[in-house]
Amino acid sequence: MSAPRFGAEPSKTTRNIILIITAIVFLTPILAMIQYTLRIGQPVKGVQTYGLQHYLDVFNPANESTYDPLFQGVQNSIVIAVFTVLIVLVLLLPTMILIELKFPQLRKILEFICLIPITIPTVVLVVGFIPAYQVVAQIFGSTPYTLAFAIGVIVLPYAFRPIAANLAAIDVTIMSEAARSLGASWASVLWRVILPNLRRGILSSVLLTVAVVLGEYTIASFLSQTTFQTALLLIQQTDPYVGVIFAVFALLFVFVLLVVISRAGTIRGPRPGGRRQGRLATSKAAVAGVPTSSRKGTVS
Amino acid sequence: MEDHLITKRHFAGVAVLAAAAIALAGCASTSSSTTAGTISKAKASTATSAAAFGGLKGLIAAANAEGQLNVITLPPSWANYGKIIALFEKTYPKIKINSANPNGSSANEVSAAEAEKGQSTAPDVFDIGTAVLDQNLDLVAPYKVQNWADIPTDFKDPGGKWYYDYTGLMSIGYDSSKITKAPKTYKDLLGSEFNGKVSIKGDPTQANEAASAVYLAALQNGGSADNIQPGIDFFAKLKAAGNFNNVLPTQATVNSGDTPVVLQWSYNNLAWGPEAGSAGNANWKVVIPSGSAALGSYYNQAINADAPDPAAARLWEEFIYTPAVQNLYLASGAYPATLAAMEKNKTVDQSVLSSVGAPPSNFVQLTADQATAAAALLGAKWKSAIG
Amino acid sequence: MTATAAATVPQTTRGAGKTSRRRSAVWLGLTPFAIYVILFLAIPAGLAVGSGFFTSTGALTLANFSVLADPGIQKDFLNTIVVSAVTAIIGAILGALICFALLGTKPDGMIRTVIDSASSVLAQFGGVMLAFAFIATIGAEGLITQWLVSAGLVNNVFNSFAHNGVLIYQVVGLGVVYLYFQVPLMVIVFMPAISGLKATWGEANATLGGTRVTYWTKIAMPILAPAFFASVILLFANAFSSYATAAALISQGGLISLDIKTALVSETVIGKANTAGVEALAMVVVMVIVMVAYSALERRASRWRR
Repeated sequence: MSAPRFGAEPSKTTRNIILIITAIVFLTPILAMIQYTLRIGQPVKGVQTYGLQHYLDVFNPANESTYDPLFQGVQNSIVIAVFTVLIVLVLLLPTMILIELKFPQLRKILEFICLIPITIPTVVLVVGFIPAYQVVAQIFGSTPYTLAFAIGVIVLPYAFRPIAANLAAIDVTIMSEAARSLGASWASVLWRVILPNLRRGILSSVLLTVAVVLGEYTIASFLSQTTFQTALLLIQQTDPYVGVIFAVFALLFVFVLLVVISRAGTIRGPRPGGRRQGRLATSKAAVAGVPTSSRKGTVS
Repeated sequence: MEDHLITKRHFAGVAVLAAAAIALAGCASTSSSTTAGTISKAKASTATSAAAFGGLKGLIAAANAEGQLNVITLPPSWANYGKIIALFEKTYPKIKINSANPNGSSANEVSAAEAEKGQSTAPDVFDIGTAVLDQNLDLVAPYKVQNWADIPTDFKDPGGKWYYDYTGLMSIGYDSSKITKAPKTYKDLLGSEFNGKVSIKGDPTQANEAASAVYLAALQNGGSADNIQPGIDFFAKLKAAGNFNNVLPTQATVNSGDTPVVLQWSYNNLAWGPEAGSAGNANWKVVIPSGSAALGSYYNQAINADAPDPAAARLWEEFIYTPAVQNLYLASGAYPATLAAMEKNKTVDQSVLSSVGAPPSNFVQLTADQATAAAALLGAKWKSAIG
Repeated sequence: MTATAAATVPQTTRGAGKTSRRRSAVWLGLTPFAIYVILFLAIPAGLAVGSGFFTSTGALTLANFSVLADPGIQKDFLNTIVVSAVTAIIGAILGALICFALLGTKPDGMIRTVIDSASSVLAQFGGVMLAFAFIATIGAEGLITQWLVSAGLVNNVFNSFAHNGVLIYQVVGLGVVYLYFQVPLMVIVFMPAISGLKATWGEANATLGGTRVTYWTKIAMPILAPAFFASVILLFANAFSSYATAAALISQGGLISLDIKTALVSETVIGKANTAGVEALAMVVVMVIVMVAYSALERRASRWRR
């Protein structure tokens, strides 16, 4: 379909040039890391030998106990990621929607609150976590999963922005009023009108949250818990080549994981009312789909 | 309650360990079967020697009952701690070692002990620098190992709160494929061959190892343990000559060739060379600079007064001072505290001693007061000197 | 939970008593988040920043503030602000360009998913590994540096920058490394905003005789300006407080976050932990100033909205 372009989309050539240059620039350091892992020993007379020896070392059963903390760390980090995403979806998201609907004057305050964690360096903030975690340890014990509380705070700035941008782009107040006037309950408004339109922002937030959790080191090391990053650092101390291998592998693994989550998010997607008709059309279709019998509770 | 992921192990290895465990348990239970169960945790926390447990076997039984040991800031390639931890787990298979924050500093050990007070993840034992320890003596519990007499008098606290474990010597490590003429003194490092190549292990106002490089520079340039200003001046000259490299050296940068000359403890330099096998740099050579006294700095062993596993902590200390482990320190290039006694008792591993070399006779270590004065000087002058 | 707590739209015709009771029920919806923030953010942040007002023994004092008069600390502060600002602006522009390019791809297509996921991964890639990745790429023995040397450029921009040695071991080079996570972060936070540009606006612009240039200058940019500046602020804050990468590359300091780490966990210069609180307070003050400036900007930009 080669309709004339009125909107913001760039031409195909512009798009391709930008994306290809970006890909090259961002892949080069990763390739440099991989090249490093392929080096065997030091260059002799200026010639460097390459080989897969270090990759074989990873699977060498004699090193099994060295990699024990790594598997433990990966397991812990994944569970912490799940809990942190829950904190974002259950605490942050409803609060943002509520503020957008009922207390728009609080928007600036929420934005500032969500910017504080990134302002204070984690290494300082973590000192402040001590009393909080002494209480947490009494209640929950010393499991690594309690790190989710602290990391949830660190994640706030990153999780806040995509949802906020998405909220600003759609008109939640008008949509919810329209839905309410057509007889939808608040639950319906939330589930069938607001959340589907926030899908992109929510997905971005979730992706960033998972990435933050898997990349977080300071809090875990300060509270002496084993997570992926602390285990990675330990491996690096014994064998730097294997350490780089695991780091690259981790990047790829997280990347694939996020692609899978994204695809799952988009497949669950669009309402039968049609997809490419713009936001208002989508929400109208959703609202029209609300059955009249959901008139429970109050009449507006 | 902690989750443990069960991993596969070689069955042969398991069989050997199981046999050892059964043998050890057999030894322990036959002798102490009369003492009902193991000693209570409160009593273990205040035990000042193995006698409180009824001897070493009682201590082992109590430690086995605890089942774990939390250590902190012990990188595997630092003074052979990887091998030491592995040996401990092999000797006492019922006790699992949790190694936290390997990259941390002495200050991290103290803050972890304070932050996790009362939790099961708090560190049990410390391997800590003197300066930080002196400020936090209320955190440690006194304990005297069975061979307490083997530790020289000025290497330990008479009350048993701390005791030296090992020291290295500040050395120059260099890549022999990049540096053709071996440096013999610090002054050689000012030559043009070393342009952009010399680095230290971090910021001297932060890390003891980096500060010690400055202290040795002072000794090499007419200063003394009381006056380290010549050391700061030397590094200013090094920077002005363009020979100082800003990047933090690691095993990775040594392998990649980005840090061809590193000033750090001898045991660390040795660990990054051929000793590391395929993970190390085969061309890495180590030299102790001549022309002045050598510089060392003993680290201290101490037990956390609020250790969650007090018996295991005390067992670890007994373990550290056995000749087997003291020889492992020696093998990494670190001189253990009981070296003199081991030489007298002929328990030292002679082949290791001859390959590492005897400790030099004129070896300087800054006292606590000298270290404080030096630190104050560094805090005031280092930043402006290094630009 | 919050949906049911916010159970009713406030009524103007019902009795005032019922309204105020319902309104307060709505306020309850904010409490879970408020409690979480107080427990895990307000109190730790207060403790961390407030520690500057106390000595190590716990006595109230203003003596720690003298650390701000140290010229070394002031230089580091300035360095940090400059590096953060420059990488924030450049990162924002480059990131916005990539978002612009992404507009030409299908919203639920593979390219966008791949770039979104890659951005999430790279936005958090930092610390020692990132530093080493760049050392391996443009360090003294890096892939690109050596390739340039073998191509004849023995003293190229990477190994001889400003006659001061290798680029990435200087503060400027650190900025280059920072861009590696600033740009993906920008892509991630800006994409939802830029994909909110409605197709109808472009069509309206064309109907009224505007060109693509007028579309961008008069419609799209003013709409995107608040989100753009908010993202710049996020990028600024991100660079401002990061230290792990810097610690690996310029181990001798040069940034305020490194000074804070030194003050907190030094093995040699002991007893300065409380000055870290003062330095952290100074960082918060800078962020407050930046936020206030941003609010003023946004108020102007949103004059035409709604």
